[in-house]
Amino acid sequence: MGVRGLGDTKEAAFEQAALAMTAAICDPGSVAAREAVDIECRAADDELLLAAWLNALVYEMAARRMLFSRFEVRLKSGALSARAWGEPLDAARHQPAVEVKGATLAELSVRRSPEGPWLAQCVVDV
Amino acid sequence: MPIIEIPGLTRRSEFIWELQPRGAMRVPVVVYATEALMKGMDAKVFEQAGNVASLPGIVDACHVMPDAHWGYGFPIGGVAAFDEREGGVVSAGGVGFDISCGVRALRTGLPAARVASVAEELASELARVIPAGVGSEGRLRLDDAEMEAMLLGGASWAVERGYGRAGDLEFIEERGRMAGARPDEVSVQAKRRQRPEMGTLGSGNHYLEVQRVAYLVDEVAAAAFGVSKDEALVSIHCGSRGLGHQIGTDFLMRMAAESARRGPRPPDRELACAPIASELGRSYLGAMRAGINCALANRQILTHLARMAFAAVLPEADLTLIYDVSHNTCKVETHGGRALHVHRKGATRAFGPGHPDLPAPYRSVGQPVLVGGTMGTASYILAGAKGGGSPAWSSACHGAGRAMSRHEAARRWSGRRVAADLAARGILVRSASLRGVAEEAPGAYKDVTAVVEAAERSGLARTVARLEPLVCVKG
Repeated sequence: MGVRGLGDTKEAAFEQAALAMTAAICDPGSVAAREAVDIECRAADDELLLAAWLNALVYEMAARRMLFSRFEVRLKSGALSARAWGEPLDAARHQPAVEVKGATLAELSVRRSPEGPWLAQCVVDV
Repeated sequence: MPIIEIPGLTRRSEFIWELQPRGAMRVPVVVYATEALMKGMDAKVFEQAGNVASLPGIVDACHVMPDAHWGYGFPIGGVAAFDEREGGVVSAGGVGFDISCGVRALRTGLPAARVASVAEELASELARVIPAGVGSEGRLRLDDAEMEAMLLGGASWAVERGYGRAGDLEFIEERGRMAGARPDEVSVQAKRRQRPEMGTLGSGNHYLEVQRVAYLVDEVAAAAFGVSKDEALVSIHCGSRGLGHQIGTDFLMRMAAESARRGPRPPDRELACAPIASELGRSYLGAMRAGINCALANRQILTHLARMAFAAVLPEADLTLIYDVSHNTCKVETHGGRALHVHRKGATRAFGPGHPDLPAPYRSVGQPVLVGGTMGTASYILAGAKGGGSPAWSSACHGAGRAMSRHEAARRWSGRRVAADLAARGILVRSASLRGVAEEAPGAYKDVTAVVEAAERSGLARTVARLEPLVCVKG
């Protein structure tokens, strides 16, 4: 399943890609942003950094049994530091359809786009 | 561009198509499919298979199963073998994130009519005891020592801990324990992700089904497998849960970083791989084999839970294992006297009659190949092809294959309606997520019967029996 974030800045595109990943699982509108988790990762380039960011979220969702609906990303010279807000998973209320196994490198792209102007996308395995 | 018009594509026979090497391809791509399946196949499958055919050390061809669809790196339904002595590689994307995802089928010893008479009660009991769906947790929590023992022992470990019977192990690939596992190569994150997930079904297309044997095609093979018409069976489809997913993630990223550092970059980043004879390649193989053991242990625990549910509702049932197959693996096998690393991603090993690794009762008819369908159509039991197995390194198809995206399926169908329509046909669905049911609607998949027919007619495997669902516990 593909996820794509569009934003005025690269950071905003990363945040929107994360929100799209939540939408692959459940309705993000059903997830209250009431607990924060800090995430940091680093990679050799922007595209691998996007994959690392989404994979870090997949890990936090799985390990903490949480879903996230609000994201704040900061990027600086190959490093990402972010905060994600969400709440513990409630199957009855969130009706999650699938779990994301991981972000792949398929269709992986971070670039300026006429639609965006920034686009951040990849395929996630569900 | 329609598949049939791809330049260089030739029709080797009615059901076998070949794309001649071009550009960086070292070997051809061979596809096993009917003309109708070829026409419905995404062109991306050919692009991905062509990229696989360009990898170092690939032997003979990149084989593509009739249920293929585009994945990441390798197509799903892709089979490729690599020779370590010729610089061959191992690829995390060639196995997939859900390491050793697979299917096991069990006899119940009961007529389907008897099971159908208590279907509501049985469905509710199965849904109660089988942890299924996103975020569900098992009752078992492994400490560090037990995690290591599980990763080394697989289903064998589970049986030693009281989950199932020693007799089950004979009917699992690798006799239930994959040798060469290296728990020390599995990250702390992967082990942490697994802690609450031992003995869980997962989500998406994973399921536990109670099925009726609708008809037999090969009665001799069916008799050898102990399968009779109108008997009730149980099938379980799931994999290595969070541990396997994290191993896949960890090594995909490490292989991509290593490829970028070592250079030159592969034709496609998602084809990240490592030489078999490298530290990273060996690390991945050790971790991946531990992932296989996790999947075998998980299906063994789920079998134990299914036996408990049946005992509560149908005490006369005796659930005995037909076979357990994995369809996301890389295994070292001997073909034509050569030791090869055979990647199967969304493809099932299908040893032909006489193969020494088969359990004695099946040796004369070949390996059971368990092909999972949808909750509204059918699944099939096939047997490995005669004459030494299929030409695709003894491999066959693994399922129906999606025909449309989850997003499109959820837009077209309502989960409540899908469940009601199936109930009207006598198929009970239990799921924690109605959206999940919509995304898994039978219409979202290819025609599994066409896939099985293509597998049979192209010589990948022989059809043995058709199974139709009675109860489906969805992940």
